[in-house]
Amino acid sequence: MSKVIVVTSGKGGVGKTTTSAAFASGLAAKGYKTAVIDFDVGLRNLDLIMGVERRVVYDFVNVINGESTLKQALIRDKRVDNLYILPASQTRDKDALTTEGVESVINELKEDGFDYIVCDSPAGIEKGAFMALYFADEAIVVTNPEVSSVRDSDRILGILQSRSRAAEQGGTVKEHLLITRYSPDRVEGGDMLGMDDIVEILSVPLIGVIPESESVLQASNSGNSVVLDEQSHAGQAYTDVVARFLGEDVPLRFIDVQPKKGFFKKLFG
Amino acid sequence: MGLFSFFKQEKKKDTATLAKERLQILIAHEHADNRKRAPDYLPKLRDEILGVIRKYVHVNENDVNVKVEKGTDYDVLELNITLPEAK
Ligand SMILES: Nc1ncnc2c1ncn2[C@@H]1O[C@H](COP(=O)(O)OP(=O)(O)OP(=O)(O)O)[C@@H](O)[C@H]1O
Ligand SMILES: [Mg+2]
Repeated sequence: MSKVIVVTSGKGGVGKTTTSAAFASGLAAKGYKTAVIDFDVGLRNLDLIMGVERRVVYDFVNVINGESTLKQALIRDKRVDNLYILPASQTRDKDALTTEGVESVINELKEDGFDYIVCDSPAGIEKGAFMALYFADEAIVVTNPEVSSVRDSDRILGILQSRSRAAEQGGTVKEHLLITRYSPDRVEGGDMLGMDDIVEILSVPLIGVIPESESVLQASNSGNSVVLDEQSHAGQAYTDVVARFLGEDVPLRFIDVQPKKGFFKKLFG
Repeated sequence: MGLFSFFKQEKKKDTATLAKERLQILIAHEHADNRKRAPDYLPKLRDEILGVIRKYVHVNENDVNVKVEKGTDYDVLELNITLPEAK
């Protein structure tokens, strides 16, 4: 049975694309046949983050319009087996994605034996974001520890609960909260919302906390997903998210202030 | 309890606490507004009902009133149609 997972947030720039790339790579690395679809029509970026930008020939909209087959448009990742990327179109036509078109692509992926279909949502609550979440079985709501991001996450949760196909059919989309760009030091200092507070406000089960990390920028610079960087705390945190998603019981890491090694440690440790 | 915890208590409310309080109030309000808002299908429902009634009697646009009353356990769809006076 294949599953459709939307990575969404409402607010822009919180880490949806970074998460989609890492999550899809992580699932594929575990042996699941995974497709990740860029729904950000007009602002294609997933291909760049995943380092396949030079291999884009056809895109999502070409497939919907019958200008190419799905097989022709899917890009197979060269580093991770089982991983395929469907790039967004650069068209400025806001209506390029239709419900029927999106549905037919998702159905074809299911028929082709994909275990997981990850949908990287654009920001906002307009058509593109709606299309990305409409067919979802599960949702990863990406939130930064910051007031406007938390509020937007709440709005997107409301949309998932009322306007997704699952909701229309009387069911529910399984929700997961992912807090990204988390700085334990700033939480400790009292100028950043803590993870417990965010969970309390949104009341959605937490699937992970990704620390603010320089390695994310480095990974995107080089077009390697951050999960492939085994040294990176953010990468390790994403690996944990994938494990939890697959049902493993993995404790949270990188959520406390890292003890400063050095003088005091030598003195008292 | 040392000197440091004494200073900590004196410190005014940190901004993260403020953020949490503001968000809780805002989100509670937004959820309440959503619950009060009429369902999206209401205008269409009203038009279609009007169409059906007009097959049989002539009623004016304003003679059909559709309202959803939100209750705690269930909601009530209230339909009010004023028929023209019999001649
Ligand atoms: N854990 C992190 N630590 C540091 N930087 C991060 C982290 N996660 C994301 N970023 C940075 O935040 C920026 C936005 O990330 P990303 O493109 O994934 O967000 P997005 O939600 O997809 O944005 P958009 O809404 O525009 O699609 C990027 O520059 C990325 O490198
Ligand atoms: Mg993005």
